[in-house]
Amino acid sequence: MAERKGMEVSIAIAEAASACDVDCIAAYPITPQTHVVEHLSEIVADGDLDAEFIPVESEHAAMSCCCGCAAAGARTFTATASQGLALMHEILFIAANLRLPMVMVVANRSLSGPISIWNDHSDVMTERDVGWIQVFAENGQEAVDLVIMGHRMSEDKRILLPLMVNFDGFILSHMVEPIEMPTREEVKRFLPDYEPQQRLDIDNPITMGPVGMPVVYTEAKMAAEWAVRDAYKPMVEIMGEFEKEFGRKYKPVETYRTDDSEILFVVMGGISETAMTWVDKVRDAGVKVGLVRFRMWRPLPVEDFKKAIAGVKVLGVLDRHFSPGGPGGPMAQEIKYMLYGQDHAPKIVETVVGLGGRDVNFIDFDQIFDRCKAVLGGAPVPPFELIQVRGGHYGKA
Amino acid sequence: MPKQSPAPDWQDLALGTAITEPGSSRYQRTGDWHSSAPVWDLDKCIKCGVCAVFCPEGCIAMRADGYPEADMEYCKGCAICVCECWAACIAMVEEKE
Repeated sequence: MAERKGMEVSIAIAEAASACDVDCIAAYPITPQTHVVEHLSEIVADGDLDAEFIPVESEHAAMSCCCGCAAAGARTFTATASQGLALMHEILFIAANLRLPMVMVVANRSLSGPISIWNDHSDVMTERDVGWIQVFAENGQEAVDLVIMGHRMSEDKRILLPLMVNFDGFILSHMVEPIEMPTREEVKRFLPDYEPQQRLDIDNPITMGPVGMPVVYTEAKMAAEWAVRDAYKPMVEIMGEFEKEFGRKYKPVETYRTDDSEILFVVMGGISETAMTWVDKVRDAGVKVGLVRFRMWRPLPVEDFKKAIAGVKVLGVLDRHFSPGGPGGPMAQEIKYMLYGQDHAPKIVETVVGLGGRDVNFIDFDQIFDRCKAVLGGAPVPPFELIQVRGGHYGKA
Repeated sequence: MPKQSPAPDWQDLALGTAITEPGSSRYQRTGDWHSSAPVWDLDKCIKCGVCAVFCPEGCIAMRADGYPEADMEYCKGCAICVCECWAACIAMVEEKE
């Protein structure tokens, strides 16, 4: 078993990408970048990783370069955050629809207006439709493990899609955590050399990314839909194989102390760790409450989620982003999609917390729990609410 | 003949909608949106070939008997041949079907 060491999570992710023996890294080196690619550039410059590090002029170019690397058959890695992810937007669709395997780590950070560099999920949640596999880590070890699993998943012949590993900016990216870093040899046993299914090759010329006339575009989109949906089974299989090799278990939807709970909180990302500590506290006081977390976000693990919340009366959903003038937070929207029209569906108390780096503390969990308890007791379900806002979401009381 | 139907089911598309057969664009018939077709009055035609020279699609060829003919699988109905014809012998005729 590998040694456990204190490491900054960004540095650990870079070491994990290096252990995966990636061939190409294309990244834009300054804000809103993290130490992930900074450290990778050091590893490459020191000769410890035989890879092409391409420092580009923008994130748009970074993702375009990554597409080229993946199309050439290279194991490709990059990292970004907030505005950088937004600048990649149009190329993200291309990477997915051209079926180009790669792993991108996203340190989830808020989007500007006002300028912010801190943590929430507004960057990734506005990229839900791009056709990538999307997974969420809630601590440094998970981020490391998901990078390693991510390459295996992305390159699996049954998947062949780009994969996004999300982890919270600052709250995780700049945190020093104990990390069990697998060695390159251990990773190699789990992650064999990459054999591309299809690549640019002058001896076997193909055209990637041609025009899709109206006669074929709809079919291309259907293929993209099933590519992501069909990734579910092999992803679960690979999580199982990872557990066999490294002893850490991953599931599409994770639960925590859900036994006999009438109320469950639904969260995603690093906030889960605080939520677990809070659950422990209130459970110890005799209150039956538990936690559900999405590990896999695309494909959306509908059946796992339904199973995880079976029999529950009220769900307290804690989103980290919302659509102004729209239907509230993205996680709550998708949960409603999963449960609409279902008999005995739980009531949903939608809240938005932790925007632009605002801390989410026990007092916030307590507040949300009070709302859930009121709904459990028969009170009408309140509209979605940004609970930490001074002045009140619906005006001053 | 094309290996891949121009209108395949989604299951039959190549990975990432790639085109796996080089030169397959020659199977693409691109003239299906013309709404009128050039018609030559061969009594007036002087077989000069100016229509073929100016055709932006290069779809007008001179037949064995020396008269021009448009390949309607590529003709877009732009009527440049009508404008350029020295003998004013070409007319655009609307296609009803």
